[in-house]
Amino acid sequence: MIRVALPAHLRTLAHVGSEVELNVPAPVTVASALEALESRYPVLRGTIRDHGTLKRRAFLRYFADGQDLSLDPPDTPLPDAVANGKEPFLVIGSIAGG
Amino acid sequence: MSGVRVLVGTHKGAFVLTSDGARKKWDVSGPHFAGWEIYHLKGSPVDPDRIYASQCSGWFGQLIQRSNDGGKTWEPVGKEFTYDGATGTHQWYDGTQHPWEFKRVWHLEPSLTDPDTVYAGVEDAAIFRTTDGAQSWQELSGLRCHESGPRWAPGAGGMGAHTILLDRSHPDRIFVAISAAGVFRTDDAGKTWRPVTKGLRSLYIPDPAAEVGHCVHRIAMHQSRPDTLFMQKHWDVMRTDDGGENWREVSGNLPTDFGFVIDVHAHEPETIYVVPIKSDSEHFPPDGKLQVFRSRTGGDEWEPLTKGLPQADCYVNILRDAMAVDSLDSCGVYFGTTGGQVYASADSGDTWSPIVRDLPAVLSVEVQTLA
Repeated sequence: MIRVALPAHLRTLAHVGSEVELNVPAPVTVASALEALESRYPVLRGTIRDHGTLKRRAFLRYFADGQDLSLDPPDTPLPDAVANGKEPFLVIGSIAGG
Repeated sequence: MSGVRVLVGTHKGAFVLTSDGARKKWDVSGPHFAGWEIYHLKGSPVDPDRIYASQCSGWFGQLIQRSNDGGKTWEPVGKEFTYDGATGTHQWYDGTQHPWEFKRVWHLEPSLTDPDTVYAGVEDAAIFRTTDGAQSWQELSGLRCHESGPRWAPGAGGMGAHTILLDRSHPDRIFVAISAAGVFRTDDAGKTWRPVTKGLRSLYIPDPAAEVGHCVHRIAMHQSRPDTLFMQKHWDVMRTDDGGENWREVSGNLPTDFGFVIDVHAHEPETIYVVPIKSDSEHFPPDGKLQVFRSRTGGDEWEPLTKGLPQADCYVNILRDAMAVDSLDSCGVYFGTTGGQVYASADSGDTWSPIVRDLPAVLSVEVQTLA
């Protein structure tokens, strides 16, 4: 089981609270975590990763156990602390005014 | 009793304003989709409780929302807009060719006959259609793949297909206006398209009379005269009486012929409305006076409408999709501003009052006349 924390707008869209718990088969990677998230909540497809290309949307970042994995390949394994649910996988929206 | 529902898209959410036929007291609901850009909402002409909304965000991309109860509740529906076949390229700011990239839906135009069919005008410019109530979208790629496509170039505001006009008397005819490419027409339900821009002159492009490259801001039609279209171009107010084959300028005595909106009275096909904006470098009303101009002669001769509108220190803009009319006996006219006001006139523009005045910047206004 892993924990995923989403930006406020996506929590509203998916009707979820501050964290989502997902069962993701090993090896747990950025891509497999996001695939599990989108499978559970199809409304999130296209909101974190582009349709088709599955590229990370430019204004979002992936943080895991103190590491920024945003620029790493999608098949990068998540840190053990995230893969075993001790720490959440964070999907973060860029800060902006206005 | 008859009533009116005004659908307002703003920079930070959607609002639904309702009133009875008197149009004096308004109920405001919203924000729906708070914090998201709502470029456009529009209801089905055959099922007014079916409303579609374009919801987008620089962070999270595009969503489409659908309501089946007049905007009380909403459900997210299909949001995948994939260009059909080879993506192709268009001209970029530096003159090179640049791949088409989907950015957002600017405009949703429900079918005149089927509540499950909707057309979507998108940036980068293309038109999509759904026939299943927005569960899925298919591109009518003949538009984007027109041989002039590689010459289309975005202006500073992007290259969006922003106006879609359907023609009740010619079901296979559609007009689409694109910034900054021009106006295109199909007569075979979207398979093939051609520019209909003869008569347009734009001094900001190398050949002012070029077939494509005109920054058309908005076009409008009265369904009783589908061959007559009115246009607010980047500069110039224009009209055609032959389905776009030939355009002529009708700016007449307007104080400035720059602007974004244009619309037609519900019952008088030669009565049209614009809101003049000072210039393309100063996007606010001349002299800080917000004035709607009305022509009862289909252009050329214009009168200012000022009663109830601010006549000092007003520096808002009125964006291209932010004017609409109702079809009650005394035609109502509505427009929204970047200052968050929605103004309404229940007497064809003679007098105005704000029906709500502190919303986020208004991106679009549509009106439904309810039985």
